[in-house]
Amino acid sequence: MSENLIVPTMAEMLAQGKQPEVLFWVGCAGSFDDRAKKITKAFVRILNSANVSFAVLGTEESCTGDPAKRAGNEFLFQMQAMMNIEVLNAYEAKKIVTACPHCFNTLKNEYPELGGKYEVVHHTEFLKSLLNDGRLSIEGGQFKGKKITFHDPCYLGRANKIYEAPRDLIEKLDVELVEMKRSKANGLCCGAGGAQMFKDAEKGNKEINIERTEDALETTPDIIATGCPFCNTMMTDGIKHKEKEKEGEVKVMDIAELIANAQDL
Amino acid sequence: MSYLDNIVFAIVLVVSIGYFAKNVKKIIRNIKLGQNVDRTDNSAARCRNMTLVALGQKKMFTRPIPALLHFMLYAAFVITQIELLEIIVDGLFGTHRFFKISLGGFYTFLISFIEILSLLALIATVLFLIRRNLLKLPRLNKEELLGWPKKDANLILIMEIILVLCIFTMNGTDEVLYSLGNSHFEGIGSFNFAISQFLGPAFFGGLSEGTLHILERIGWWGHFLMVMAFLNYLYYSKHLHILLAFPNTYFANLKPQGEFDNLEAVTKEVKLMMDPNADPFAAPAEGAELPAKFGASDIQDLNWVQLLNAYTCTECGRCSSVCPANTTGKKLSPRKIMMDTRDRMEEVGRNIDANKGVFVPDNKSLLNDYITPEELWACTSCNACVEECPVSISPLSIIMDMRRYLVMEQSAAPAALNSMMTNVENNGAPWPYNQQDRLNWKNEL
Repeated sequence: MSENLIVPTMAEMLAQGKQPEVLFWVGCAGSFDDRAKKITKAFVRILNSANVSFAVLGTEESCTGDPAKRAGNEFLFQMQAMMNIEVLNAYEAKKIVTACPHCFNTLKNEYPELGGKYEVVHHTEFLKSLLNDGRLSIEGGQFKGKKITFHDPCYLGRANKIYEAPRDLIEKLDVELVEMKRSKANGLCCGAGGAQMFKDAEKGNKEINIERTEDALETTPDIIATGCPFCNTMMTDGIKHKEKEKEGEVKVMDIAELIANAQDL
Repeated sequence: MSYLDNIVFAIVLVVSIGYFAKNVKKIIRNIKLGQNVDRTDNSAARCRNMTLVALGQKKMFTRPIPALLHFMLYAAFVITQIELLEIIVDGLFGTHRFFKISLGGFYTFLISFIEILSLLALIATVLFLIRRNLLKLPRLNKEELLGWPKKDANLILIMEIILVLCIFTMNGTDEVLYSLGNSHFEGIGSFNFAISQFLGPAFFGGLSEGTLHILERIGWWGHFLMVMAFLNYLYYSKHLHILLAFPNTYFANLKPQGEFDNLEAVTKEVKLMMDPNADPFAAPAEGAELPAKFGASDIQDLNWVQLLNAYTCTECGRCSSVCPANTTGKKLSPRKIMMDTRDRMEEVGRNIDANKGVFVPDNKSLLNDYITPEELWACTSCNACVEECPVSISPLSIIMDMRRYLVMEQSAAPAALNSMMTNVENNGAPWPYNQQDRLNWKNEL
């Protein structure tokens, strides 16, 4: 695979006296997690192919503070937020796109009160708008006819009521979209939210990601689609756990990966 | 002497309403123990919420069967109050079926309507009792319901049955008396009420006139006393929701569920910390407030909406049945969080009552004595409980405020979270990677 990704930074843009159409907020998972980096790259490939003028903060980006806030550390959250806002405001950022629902929620809802007011969109919403504007076309490609189920990330769905954009994109792939018994507003958490990603779960009789993977497997899908790097990890772990007793292969993929791979980008 | 009835009636009425009012004052006082929060904005959206969610029971209908049964009870409860109004007029002035003459045919319709709704309510009540006690629905048989909550739920259903039986006894016997020309209502014939015109003769036909009069009074007094008892029972019961669902949905959070509130007190501190020109040793400005406690360890640290939430909770357990932590066997139960908050609030209230209006510290708190850190740390902040609550309660906001206390006042986060926070602080990411490596993915294959 040729990796000719064009990823300008905001600093480079500024040096050229340019302002990108949108700032791509990569997020910690998207920057450091091996699995999530693939989502980041897939999204960049789509942006490149659609000729979207974008830029990242690169080394100037820092954690939004979401896990700190959900863990109860409002101090750390606000310090992170204020530092990020300083950087974003210095670049006069107007529109931000991110592939992480946690970054999305925090930037969109929790930064304004601290002085960070931007138009924030989740990457599924952004891809939908590219599609609507005719800047992006989506074909089924290798996924044509496959059975796909979508796991709603809590911070995209219930937290911000975005249910349709990801589904609309999946349907464009000429696939069979099947719903789990718990979906949309009734979706079940993957188990990673509220900073749970970074600690062991409390004692119970089951891990949440296993419960959720079972929901997904009930639909006998070829692919479990999601729109959150943390959900991706949790569901992938769930599949690995279940594969011990189950034959066949179920993949967990982000919607950006589905679209990029379908076009062979 | 003939006024004895009326006098007794008036006394019961006044005492009941007086005692209820006294308890309402206590509820208001207890809710005001909470911190202030402004929920007076956007009254149009708030009214709309209240109409849809409390009056229209919109969120109940995500589960159609209990919603339908509940609606049958609810409709009967609301419309029966018209009959109560007549009972109060008759009771005070010694009249009988006071509204019948002035309302004429509409009166027949109204009472028939009440009878039909009462019958539906009776069916609903019996089915509810079966669901609770025979079918043993999981969410209605959880640990936190053992003892009083379970009794409370059954008691109210039994009271409801008695109430409906009183209505039919009252109307049925009066129907028979009227057909004999011996009702206290002048004339002879049939009242033509939808159900009691058949039920009366079937059950009470052939009884002596004296027995019928006694039964009619038992039904009439029974209905009245039951309503008065119910009114005063509310304070001790989860059935406060029939009143508080309205303010609770009105004052509910209108912001996106994912937006957690901003702690102003922290903002001030952080700004000071980040301002290079600030003098860290400067005396606080004149009139500056003492820094509040960060987060919540007891009910006084919660805001009044959270406390109103606790009084409104119906203990239906829909929150816990959708909670990912609870359904996978963890200790957290959002319903228990609300029940604990109410129990502690009442305990503090009793303490204040016993100590002439001031709270004397009792070495207890909501945290640890009622809610354990283990419960709090099991929450994924997924908002399922908030989404599910039929009366717009947010257990999550209480969980988050208590986590804030654990972390910011006590530094008592689980070790793994402490490392995560250290990483965020030092590296700008929850993992121990260098911020300078943030764009490395660009060149990796």
